[in-house]
Amino acid sequence: MSTMTPAPADSTAVLSFTDLDVKFGTEFGTVHAVKGISLAVQPGEVLALVGESGSGKSVTSMTALGLLPKNARVAGRITVGDTVVGELDDKGLRRMRGNDVAMVFQEPMTALNPVLTIGTQLTEALELHGIAYGKQAVARAVELLRMVGIPEPERRVKQYPHELSGGQRQRVVIAMAISCDPKVIIADEPTTALDVTVQADILDLLRSLKDKLNTGILLITHNMGVVADMADRVAVMLKGTIVETGTADEVLNHPQHDYTKKLLASVPHLGSGPGQLGTVVTEVAEAPEGDKPALELKNLVIEYQRVGKTPFRAVDDVTFTVGSGEIVGLVGESGSGKSTIARCALGLIPAVSGSVSIFGTSFAAMNHKQSKALRKRIGVVFQDPASSLNPRFPIGDCIAEPLVVHKIGDKKSRLAKVYELLDAVELPRDVINRYPHELSGGQRQRVSIARALTLDPELLVADEPTSALDVSVQASVLAMFTALQERYRFGCVFVSHDLAVIDMLAHRVVVLQDGKIVEQGTREEVLLNPTQEYTRRLLAAAPVPEPGEQRRRRDARHALLAQLGDEVTELRT
Amino acid sequence: MTDPNQPVNPERIPTPADGGIDPVAAHMHDAPGPSKTEQKSYSQGQLVVRRFLRHKGAMVSLVILVLITLLAFTSIGIGPIPGWWGKDYTKAADVINGGRPTYSFPFTLGEHPFGQDSTGKDYFALVMKGTQVSLIVAFTVGILATILGTVIGGLAGYFRGWLETLLMRLTDLVIVIPLLVLAAVLGQIASSWGVFGLAIMLGLVTWTGLARLVRGEVLSLREREFVASARAIGTGSARIVVKHILPNTIGVIIVSATLSIASAILLETALSFLGFGVKPPDVSLGLLISDYQNAFTNRPWLFWFPGLFILAIALTVNFIGDGLRDAFDPRQNRNKD
Repeated sequence: MSTMTPAPADSTAVLSFTDLDVKFGTEFGTVHAVKGISLAVQPGEVLALVGESGSGKSVTSMTALGLLPKNARVAGRITVGDTVVGELDDKGLRRMRGNDVAMVFQEPMTALNPVLTIGTQLTEALELHGIAYGKQAVARAVELLRMVGIPEPERRVKQYPHELSGGQRQRVVIAMAISCDPKVIIADEPTTALDVTVQADILDLLRSLKDKLNTGILLITHNMGVVADMADRVAVMLKGTIVETGTADEVLNHPQHDYTKKLLASVPHLGSGPGQLGTVVTEVAEAPEGDKPALELKNLVIEYQRVGKTPFRAVDDVTFTVGSGEIVGLVGESGSGKSTIARCALGLIPAVSGSVSIFGTSFAAMNHKQSKALRKRIGVVFQDPASSLNPRFPIGDCIAEPLVVHKIGDKKSRLAKVYELLDAVELPRDVINRYPHELSGGQRQRVSIARALTLDPELLVADEPTSALDVSVQASVLAMFTALQERYRFGCVFVSHDLAVIDMLAHRVVVLQDGKIVEQGTREEVLLNPTQEYTRRLLAAAPVPEPGEQRRRRDARHALLAQLGDEVTELRT
Repeated sequence: MTDPNQPVNPERIPTPADGGIDPVAAHMHDAPGPSKTEQKSYSQGQLVVRRFLRHKGAMVSLVILVLITLLAFTSIGIGPIPGWWGKDYTKAADVINGGRPTYSFPFTLGEHPFGQDSTGKDYFALVMKGTQVSLIVAFTVGILATILGTVIGGLAGYFRGWLETLLMRLTDLVIVIPLLVLAAVLGQIASSWGVFGLAIMLGLVTWTGLARLVRGEVLSLREREFVASARAIGTGSARIVVKHILPNTIGVIIVSATLSIASAILLETALSFLGFGVKPPDVSLGLLISDYQNAFTNRPWLFWFPGLFILAIALTVNFIGDGLRDAFDPRQNRNKD
């Protein structure tokens, strides 16, 4: 099996790990994060290191820069070009960082210093490494920004990170990474925090970088679509060991190891529709005549008040309905107003104009008692289960809380209901006295879903319920979700930025951009035959986990961009 | 149902008929680390008690503080009730042994174990009376200031708007007036009501810091999603503040309460020193120290004994606060089964 053969000790490799082993000494004993792995990145090659959270992929990359915390014990040999990282002192390490190895981080907002201008941050690296000083350095900074495709670089160097969009910030981070002409770039989840269309641009940029500068790239990601799009070779990591390596085609199309197969099987495929990954296909039951829809939005406008400025219009003239027993997917990029709509439907944000009616009634025209009665019929699941569960509440109390608030049942019947729901979301019953932090991310999200279902809601609002989860956990949560929907038959607003997830479970889809509805219709209409340009762009940008198909999709996207008059992002030299 | 003695089964995954997800493989990624969690289930209250009982520093401190309190209140009695120590702290007696402590190791107490003061009063009785007064002041101030600060900070932080403006400007008003001046004026008024009156007045001027801290915490907590989801299911404001927000600020509240208890002792000392606090024949530990600070070189026991008791009270209160904070924090995993 390919897993056991160490990567050849190739002298041409720009970055290589041989028998790397990392242990962390903690209060609870030793954590063995990386267990003797060997990897090598060749010049002009993208090696993707794939794994789910906690698999040790980020720790591996940090060893190359010597950036691990003090309680880490590193064994094995790491070489960057001809230098052995373990033999360097602090000064040597500093000279190597940036010069030989550069890093592109996940979240560009936190990777850039908010109180320094873009120019200062770019020239800092140049001056530290003695490449250019003063005016020359600024000129070089402008040139770097132009290379990564930032318009008006002369103006941009004087701006601060918050004045740039997310995609532009990530371009700046990439410009910083290539400023000293490193032999290898480590990109740690470089597109996870970005929208799909921006992600596609950044991936185009990284690809042209390796082609034009012959840089080696170690790409760390959990997104199989990104792997298919970028990687020449793939290494799959599980619990600190590499279970499989090979070319992108070998690993993604002919996986050998069970874990790789499982990982690939958990990725929802855009265009495959419902029924994937064990999800239940549900048909919308015909509503009896005269029945009010679960949620009906009419010309909804929501504004956020700003001190000393005109209010910001987050949602503009939005109209759609959610029938009972129907799942409506709300899709859009960040800032499109999808979460704002969800919160407004829950009565947490007031509408400026237009109407929100739930089962034919509205929060706005209600007194306290009536709105409490209405809330009984609505359940909610938020994006991040770590923050939507009260850290001081044991799981049992979390799930029983709606019953306590609405004064339903006594202690015994509440406990019985909690047990019933824990069984429904497939959690062991003895978690009731555990706290949220003692559970894993997937388990926590199951708890939120259980809590949302406590009162047998007729409408469920789910705001990105799976986007904080690993793919395999997402798959099991979604399968459970559809099974529950079939059982309890609630109407659902499902907010997501992931088109593939929406494709799996939505009956109807609403596409949003900048607070306005771009397109809405049944799943087949919107996702298979989009009529609007924006929807087509969104669909074209979503990567699929199959290298050949992804290459075709990429070419198709480039063709679409050309047709729409946009240019393909690439490094300008 | 899982056997409670078995480790928790980490994520049970459905096995759909198509075999899409393999439960064994699914097991591999998502382990919650059952070794770190208790194997048995306990209720929330049990957990807090268990964690507190296992905090050695807090338990030792609690025992010492209870012993000091018992000693202070039983030895010379409270008000009209006489204690087992026969001597009166207000009456002078013949000076024995130059007023030096008659206590000698190990169990010989002698006539005046802590010595006598300059007029021949029994110093043990004086220190015990001082400890009583200081304990009453410290705990009344600590509890009152904590309740006021928490309520005011919590209301201002959660409701925002005009209520916040009103409460925070009130807080500012109390903060800008020098504490000693305010306490001196109020203390003067209240001193006729005895020690409790003084303590309540001090409590009324020392809640400001906590109110600010609690408001800040509440401001950030009210934007968290668990508060949004509580509101979405129809939870009332009172329940959100009391059950969802305040328990999450317990760390700040307890740390601040222990600090305010210790600083109340010092504030009372300062006031007494200026003549606005405890009035003779009542006596407090702070008053004893300030009275005899010049005696430090020739009769050091007059300084050491009250000093020792202040130190013991302040330290034990801080350790107990530490233990309570750890016990209430569900993320504490330091104590393992």
